[in-house]
Amino acid sequence: MKKTKQKIIKTFGKLHAVLILLFLYLPIFVVVAFSFNESRRNIVFTGFTFEWYGKMFENTRLIEAFGNTVIVALCSTIISTVIGTIGAIGLHKYKFKGKGIIDTLMYIPVVIPEIILGIALLVIFSAAQMPLGLLTLIIAHVTFSIPFVVFTVKARLNGFDPSVEEAAMDLGANRLRTFFEVTLPIIMPGVISGALLALTLSMDDVIISFFTTGPRSTTLPMQIYSMVRSGVSPDVNALSTLILIGTITIAILTQSGIITTIKNNILGRKQK
Amino acid sequence: MKAKKRFKGLPKIVTLAPVSIWLLLLIAIPLIYILVISFLGRNSNGSIRYSFALENYQKLINAQYLKIYAQSLLIAFFTTIISILLSYPFAYHMAGGSKTKKVIMMLLVIVPFWTNSLIRLYGWKTILGSEGILNGLLMKTHLIQQPLQLLFTMPAVILGMVYTLIPFMILPLYASVEKLDHSLLEAASDLGAKRYHAFLQITLPLTLPGIFAGSIMVFIPALGYFFVSDLLGGGNNMLIGNLIKNQFNISQNWPLGAALSIVLIAVTILLVKLYTKVGGNIDDLGVA
Repeated sequence: MKKTKQKIIKTFGKLHAVLILLFLYLPIFVVVAFSFNESRRNIVFTGFTFEWYGKMFENTRLIEAFGNTVIVALCSTIISTVIGTIGAIGLHKYKFKGKGIIDTLMYIPVVIPEIILGIALLVIFSAAQMPLGLLTLIIAHVTFSIPFVVFTVKARLNGFDPSVEEAAMDLGANRLRTFFEVTLPIIMPGVISGALLALTLSMDDVIISFFTTGPRSTTLPMQIYSMVRSGVSPDVNALSTLILIGTITIAILTQSGIITTIKNNILGRKQK
Repeated sequence: MKAKKRFKGLPKIVTLAPVSIWLLLLIAIPLIYILVISFLGRNSNGSIRYSFALENYQKLINAQYLKIYAQSLLIAFFTTIISILLSYPFAYHMAGGSKTKKVIMMLLVIVPFWTNSLIRLYGWKTILGSEGILNGLLMKTHLIQQPLQLLFTMPAVILGMVYTLIPFMILPLYASVEKLDHSLLEAASDLGAKRYHAFLQITLPLTLPGIFAGSIMVFIPALGYFFVSDLLGGGNNMLIGNLIKNQFNISQNWPLGAALSIVLIAVTILLVKLYTKVGGNIDDLGVA
């Protein structure tokens, strides 16, 4: 009796999990399917074609927007990873006046609605008379990415034995050498997870980019946002499909990195 | 020895200065500036007038705005409740799997993030539209004669919200179910406790922190995600986020937009305070 009950619950759990995953992937299937659709309208499937994958490259606005997205994502990931990593080390190691303020500021982008940070940055860029463009976009993306890098690197530092560093310095290594040859390799998994997180956040951001982008620095999400209300042409579906394939490939290539992210951030929490 | 002493404070400055300066310049000062602007007036040409005024806050209370606040809170509330109900069994099932299964399921939850959320919402639009896939299917099977109005309704906005935000519920819930000590459940069962009793008295209270953390991470963004309402709500289901966006985008009334933002910040602070008051750990928020 108890066994069958348990079995029913298990089967229900499995079914439910499959349905949730279906829910998560359904619109993605639709996007991919319609990238092969002959018709210009994303409504009925009229026939199979690869046409849009070629046409995509003629859509200069789309390609330009994609280029901007990549530039912003790469620049903001590199800058936020460098600042976030060394910042995490400092915050982990040193006590100082105002540490509480910095810690609080770090939580703001995490909990506050993105729209608030978006308009706050817009207002400050306008006060500083900075024209909106790629530069403001990169600064904005670095701002919301830094805390996530700091958190992941700090999580890694928590399990770090400082005596290793001391040993290296006792053996005559200077601070820089100790950092690059001892500290950095140990915290590397945390740095990679942080960087991947920053990259994902930057590529997917809609709201903060909406306020900090200029007319000539349209990113892909912004381009899609302007198209989506009237109707997206299938070349957008084609590009999205390619991006999805690209990111999954990168994920597989850096699989160890992703899996450590998961282990560190989610599975690791239970050890806390 | 001398050199070492001279550089003693240097590593501290090198590591701490960039991050501190960045956060002060681009988070602290902009937010303070928003607060200042919310108390300023506006010239007839739309530019900010630098004189103290309370008019922005007075303008916040009118029938139309009150309706939007209520609507936005309602959407965020339903989004949170539905996300909890859908995510809990999922997280529970996931935590019971083998290590490989856990990693794979986690990846499957994260992968959709790699396609832009706008594109995925557009996928929903294709499914829900009056000539969309779902209506087509229902008409073909003669379950309905006329296409249903699915798009541009509040349920459609809630669906889009749940869809975009559900990973933020699944991950903290999973973390808390995973932490659960299963021997407690075995003990309860050995002592003759019924399954649902054990669930209500042991599992649920122990996973409550995960539910709280997930709720914060779903409810707060749901107040601001204007693009979900833009795409699936079609202008009839405005959120506080849309209201703020319009002040900066369409009406060019920055002081009023700033005042609305201050209200949203106050709501956020209130909710986070509530969260820590019920024992929530602020470290459980965010890093997904």
